[in-house]
Amino acid sequence: MLAFLLTLMLLLGIVIVLAYAERKVAAFMQDRMGPTEAGPYGSLQAVLDVLKLLQKEDIVPAAADKKLFKLAPILIFAAVFAGFAVIPFAPSIVPAGIGIGVFYLLAIISLDVVGLLMAGWGSNNKYAMLGAMRSVAQIVSYEIPAGLAILSAVMICQSLDFQEISYQQGALMNQFPGMEYDMNWLFGIRELGINTTTIGGITTWNIFRAPMLLVAFVIYFIASLAESNRAPFDIPEAESELVAGFHVEYSGFRFAVLFLAEYSMMVLVSLVAVVLFLGSWNTPLPNIGPVSLAYWTTGTVGELSGILWGVFWLLSKTFVLLFLQLQVRWTYPRLRVDQLMHLCWKVLTPIALGVVLLAGLWRLLMI
Amino acid sequence: MLFYLFAALAVLSGAYMVLTRNLLYAGFSLLVTLLSIAGIYVLLYADFVAVTQLMVYVGGVLVLILFGIMLSSRVQDKSVRSESVNKIWGTLVAGLVGVGLCYTILKANISSLPWLLAAETDVLGWQKSTVQMIGIKLMTDVVVPFEVVSLLLLIALMGAAYIATDKQEL
Repeated sequence: MLAFLLTLMLLLGIVIVLAYAERKVAAFMQDRMGPTEAGPYGSLQAVLDVLKLLQKEDIVPAAADKKLFKLAPILIFAAVFAGFAVIPFAPSIVPAGIGIGVFYLLAIISLDVVGLLMAGWGSNNKYAMLGAMRSVAQIVSYEIPAGLAILSAVMICQSLDFQEISYQQGALMNQFPGMEYDMNWLFGIRELGINTTTIGGITTWNIFRAPMLLVAFVIYFIASLAESNRAPFDIPEAESELVAGFHVEYSGFRFAVLFLAEYSMMVLVSLVAVVLFLGSWNTPLPNIGPVSLAYWTTGTVGELSGILWGVFWLLSKTFVLLFLQLQVRWTYPRLRVDQLMHLCWKVLTPIALGVVLLAGLWRLLMI
Repeated sequence: MLFYLFAALAVLSGAYMVLTRNLLYAGFSLLVTLLSIAGIYVLLYADFVAVTQLMVYVGGVLVLILFGIMLSSRVQDKSVRSESVNKIWGTLVAGLVGVGLCYTILKANISSLPWLLAAETDVLGWQKSTVQMIGIKLMTDVVVPFEVVSLLLLIALMGAAYIATDKQEL
């Protein structure tokens, strides 16, 4: 219960910051000022937006399917929020450390799709329906390259447990029960003979100890943009054609919940990318001889210092990825439907399959 | 306690799915049924089966069903209705299956089944999930059925691709 509340508070905080960052980054990319009036540098703008949304009248269209219309936002947010249950925030902090976390996450995210269909149908509006259809088609298609990219990381780590994958990517590896004698080698190649187990830092991150995972990371990042309906893959919400997509009929608190779910999805996919590819809560600084930067910036496991450092590194890496998502939005134009499907099935999926094969071979070099 | 909650949910939503005339509601109550069955799997220490159930049925089959329902009716229509046919035969077959199941369950001496006696102990032991065991089994004892199933899926995939191709060029 405590984990539930803490995660919810953390998520709300991140989403508020993200909503503000979205406007400021957009302004920065377009060479304008963005919000300036509310608070210093407009920093209270996002809070005011939320307050405004909560005060608005909650309209349920007369012709809508009222039960489905009301249920859909709850289902969408619940599906996304359930994904946070398995994300490790620090060496000793994970809301639910189940052994098949990665698989669970992939499955629970797919519940989101049902919620989208429910919202689109329940609204009884052709734009909402079209938006939901496009959104679902896109999410279902892009789950395949994303899943394959995740699979290659799982093959390197030989685990479906997010916490175990996190421990493997840092100097604390031997403190995880069951991995007391495991070793990390430079680029994962044992033959090179350079043991990086105690060096830690960036040298043990997944993209470094198995370099082909860098490709997997890029594939995952592109697919995750599509899964969270972000530009350039925002045809489900294309304002110029569909007004607003599946949530066109929603207002007030229900819209706030959908908005929250959408931004939570962005945060979740970035967190997963960080945990699987970018070293999770591990520090990027390696131990260099007597200068043990990695240990200094990790803290003690189970104590406050370890928790604070873990959360700090995890969130700062996540925010870098989120910034990249915002930046991409204002850099690339929206893809057409055929381009979208071409990219998914003819470009990303074959490359991802190749990476999975390569990851399997690479694992043989690592042991 | 949790088991009864999930079981009641599964039964109620299953009954609703069968009895409702609205196909779309039937689809959504199927979602509740599948979720509660996944919950029961978790209670039975079958976490992998539970998540696979979510992945395959909710993420794949159910979405396909909903897509089918939504695409096969115009948006202006109220909703798609289902009709009940073969009432007598349906009741007869369902009743016979029910009687058969009851007979088997009453015949089986449930309290002395060996795997139920072992269920009180810690099934997973030092392992965190059943994935390792399932993986080893798939690659050793049941590797032939596993490969046959994958071949079957490949054939189905090719068949689907063939049906979907534009035949005008041929």
